[in-house]
Amino acid sequence: MSRSFRAELVKLVRRPAAWLLLAITLALSLIFTYLFPYAGVAGGADGPNTDRALPAMLPDHLVGNSLGGLPVFLGAILLILGVLVVGGEYGWGTWKTLLTQGPTRLQVYAGKVLALAVAALAVVVAVFAVGAVASALIASAEAQPVRWPSAADLLAGVGAGWLIATMWAMLGAVLAVTLRAVALPVGLGLVWMLAVQNLLAAIAAPLVDWVATAQRGLPGPNAGALAAALGAPGDTPGVAATVGGGQATVVVAAYLVGFAAVGAALLRRRDID
Amino acid sequence: MNLPVQTEGLSKRYGGLTAVRDLDLTVRPGEVYGFLGPNGAGKTTTLRMLLGLVRPSAGTVRLFGRTPGAGRLAGVGALIEGPAFYPYLSGRENLRVLARYTGVGADRVALVLDLVDLADRAGDRYSGYSLGMKQRLGVAAALLKDPRLLILDEPTNGLDPAGMADMRTLIRRLGAAGCTVVVSSHLLGEVEQVCDRVGVIARGRLVAEGSVAELRGGAGLRLLADPLDEAAARARELVGADRVRVVDGGLELAVEPDRAAWLNTELVGAGLAVRELRPRERDLEQVFFDLVERGTADVA
Repeated sequence: MSRSFRAELVKLVRRPAAWLLLAITLALSLIFTYLFPYAGVAGGADGPNTDRALPAMLPDHLVGNSLGGLPVFLGAILLILGVLVVGGEYGWGTWKTLLTQGPTRLQVYAGKVLALAVAALAVVVAVFAVGAVASALIASAEAQPVRWPSAADLLAGVGAGWLIATMWAMLGAVLAVTLRAVALPVGLGLVWMLAVQNLLAAIAAPLVDWVATAQRGLPGPNAGALAAALGAPGDTPGVAATVGGGQATVVVAAYLVGFAAVGAALLRRRDID
Repeated sequence: MNLPVQTEGLSKRYGGLTAVRDLDLTVRPGEVYGFLGPNGAGKTTTLRMLLGLVRPSAGTVRLFGRTPGAGRLAGVGALIEGPAFYPYLSGRENLRVLARYTGVGADRVALVLDLVDLADRAGDRYSGYSLGMKQRLGVAAALLKDPRLLILDEPTNGLDPAGMADMRTLIRRLGAAGCTVVVSSHLLGEVEQVCDRVGVIARGRLVAEGSVAELRGGAGLRLLADPLDEAAARARELVGADRVRVVDGGLELAVEPDRAAWLNTELVGAGLAVRELRPRERDLEQVFFDLVERGTADVA
């Protein structure tokens, strides 16, 4: 398995699309967490999100600010990465090339899962790092005190971020195995994350009790609740304390394991065309 | 003895369609085995089942005596249904990535690139390769593990005539070096030139198996002599009436070719003018079409 993991890591690092996704992730995080809010503060604008004032952009809010995008927008990018890593083998027809070299399907799949987990950690750490630089610059520009979160809070934040990011990447992986493609899993995954989840939360849940109850077991709301529990701003799309942090952690971890296991079972069972 | 390839009752069904049925295939050590059949006959499905890419609906597969499971493809290299690699990597990087899965060293990568004459372009991106270069990279990948059994599915697809000749030379060389090679093809000439034994598949069934000479059928002689009717009469007296046929203005004699000198002496002694007397071989193409037609009719 370690050979497969190393091979998958090399493929991921050499793949231009992976770097493009990382760049988009960091740009989105920077723009929506710091750039626009800071522009609003600097310009003295009034609006629906003006409660996110200067103190919310300072280093002591680094953990919450870094996690805010993961339940929806940054999570969607991780889902795309998961689809690319697994679905690319279907798109290029390279499963047969890999498997005729001798590794079993599960060895290759485990290598991919581990590579995605490492990539998710790298993305989350990069988001924290960019956020740290941005918040420090804002604090410096506004002559505000720089107070960093404790190491334990940072560690918990990175851990929670990794859990959410890896879960979305695994959803991408299982969709790719299920649909044996790239485009359709990306499309369906994004529709779920960006449209259906929001419709359920904003329209269906307030009207129908069982939808509101079901929400508490879905991956998106639990990811949002986990981010909220660690200080993500409540006005961020997808972030809401619908359940407690402990339950959210367990549910997100269960989805992560479940998605990975279903993908492995399907890949092992099906023919490679 | 652990045979390189042995299948028993191998079948694959897709819904109502039977792609491969009751296939008993045996490939002996060190031979170059041709797997011949028209497009859609079930060749690639069979090879995919050998390699564990497709699960059989029934029957068993053994490679060197091993049933499906981890490590079954140790010592086995394959190129199935065209090459497939990562377009953003170079040819060399693609092979190095594959080598990582099996622990093959970089020196072996360089060696196989040389072997398929791709070393000069190994640093170019795969997406820029011609079809022939992609095919050669596919063969290089199949050779990465220095296999004892090499399975090549239509290996000359996309190659120009020189590339096809190179591929045949490579296959013969590997066979001579003791590597067992299974080559699937729909090209008779290709199989005829490189294979020790041939299996013919039609509509998913193995309809014939043997050496090219065996498939061609019994030996014989082709005779042109004047006058033809007298030559035919004399030939019937000499070898038996049931062994002589008039075909295309000449005679076909179902006798061993080493009787040609004796026959010539007798015919000339009888005052006949013998213009041509040579061994007769059945056209392999005709043999192939006969077998495929027979196999198709049997299934229907």
